[in-house]
Amino acid sequence: MMTIEQFGRRLRARELTAVRATEECLRRIEADNPRLNAFIRVMADEALQQARQADQELAAGQDRGPLHGVPISIKDLLDIRGLPTTAASHVRDGHVAERDAPVIAHLRMAGAVFVGKTNLHEFAFGTTNEDSAFGPARNPHDPTRSPGGSSGGSAASVAAGMALATIGTDTGGSIRIPAAACGIVGLKPSLGEVSIDGVVPLSRTFDHIGPLAQSVTDACLLYHALLGDAHATPPAPMPTHGLRLAVPRTYFCDVLDDEVRARFEETLDRLRSAGVHIDDIEIRHAADIAPVYLHIVLGDAAAYHAKTLETMPDKYTAPVRLRLEMGRYVLAEDYVRAMAGREQLTREVDAAMAQHDALILPTLPIPAPEIGATTVQIGGVAEPIRNLMLRLTQLFNVTGHPAISMPCGQTSAGLPCAVQLVGGRRQTDALLRVALACESAIGART
Amino acid sequence: MTIESWLQAAIADAERRGLPELKPILEGLARTTTALRAADFNDDASGLESALRNPQSTMPGPQP
Repeated sequence: MMTIEQFGRRLRARELTAVRATEECLRRIEADNPRLNAFIRVMADEALQQARQADQELAAGQDRGPLHGVPISIKDLLDIRGLPTTAASHVRDGHVAERDAPVIAHLRMAGAVFVGKTNLHEFAFGTTNEDSAFGPARNPHDPTRSPGGSSGGSAASVAAGMALATIGTDTGGSIRIPAAACGIVGLKPSLGEVSIDGVVPLSRTFDHIGPLAQSVTDACLLYHALLGDAHATPPAPMPTHGLRLAVPRTYFCDVLDDEVRARFEETLDRLRSAGVHIDDIEIRHAADIAPVYLHIVLGDAAAYHAKTLETMPDKYTAPVRLRLEMGRYVLAEDYVRAMAGREQLTREVDAAMAQHDALILPTLPIPAPEIGATTVQIGGVAEPIRNLMLRLTQLFNVTGHPAISMPCGQTSAGLPCAVQLVGGRRQTDALLRVALACESAIGART
Repeated sequence: MTIESWLQAAIADAERRGLPELKPILEGLARTTTALRAADFNDDASGLESALRNPQSTMPGPQP
């Protein structure tokens, strides 16, 4: 599959057109979407029109930058003017967006071509993509398995070559989890950097928008386009020699699938061989992450959904409705306690970062789970999948630190494994420089 | 409100609203809330149990 970077070189060398690349994505959607269910809406006519315009502009000497003519998909949680934003829920039946979300406007200005809107866990409130009004999306590496979530359709669309990249949202890991499960790169920028206007919220405290792509370089190009900087070029990688990383072992490495643990340790070995210095550190209140996260996200989600839970409860999928209802019982005093915990955890991650360029940890403790499974065995113990999927990602939504997931090998069954790098707050570009260096040292694309 | 009395009231309310299937979920939330309240970052009006509190907030704010 072609990266955005490779596409751009071929486009400008006149070896390829935006129309041809878009047609190829549409052909793959037609062939594979019936089995993967990655798309809720395919925008074939609009995409070809955008692609023709991109080709005409380039022929006339107008180059909008690295995303010019690039076919991408968009999670169906973001507003595109004139189209429904379904959030994968019948609660949204009849909705039509009046205007583009600011990030969509930025991508249009950058010349991106929108091939369609992708499936997700209903209202982004889940990590497997199983609860969707449009049926579950499936993992291209094994369609009996989840692509992760909530941006599962987005990740599947890129992993299956239906788009060169995609835009997702991340409230507890919803970019990084599906990126890991599908073997691609997923970036959650620093909190507040990318506008979340025009996006159906899950938790306005924790919501982020970011790219899923085939390489760190592509993620970097998309990240800058989301910010409105369409002509940005990727930064230079940090030199690997002398790079300082820290592994938060306690809690984060306590419950890992054996093969995931093996790939993670092999990744650390490769990085050490490349000259990276790796320490162990501790996040003292790591055991409190889930209680802190849960009370805030439940309270935020319940406030947004309270009216429709009363007026149209049957339009939600049953599991999502129940989780939203749970949020209506969170007490104000416990929400405030959770906010205090958030401050404490933020200080602890800041302190862990102080002497290091990034934290490094696995993204997912398990490979992509089977669709329909609720538990998975780790060390002879049946662990709830929902808790496991969020376990290693949600902290950085709580604290707002930027985090990126990238592939680091496969299990013996061919399922992707991934490593997560976490940078300093509001230092997403610095994190990307570290990620570029590590991607090269790890050298493991699935 | 203690967690026990909160849980009792929440389950009764869920049943009254025709949502008895919320009971195990609420029991799970009660366990999580117990953990949250036990954490040592919580304040105490006696002033004796707030050693971790930092007067200067480090929360993420709006971007410049």
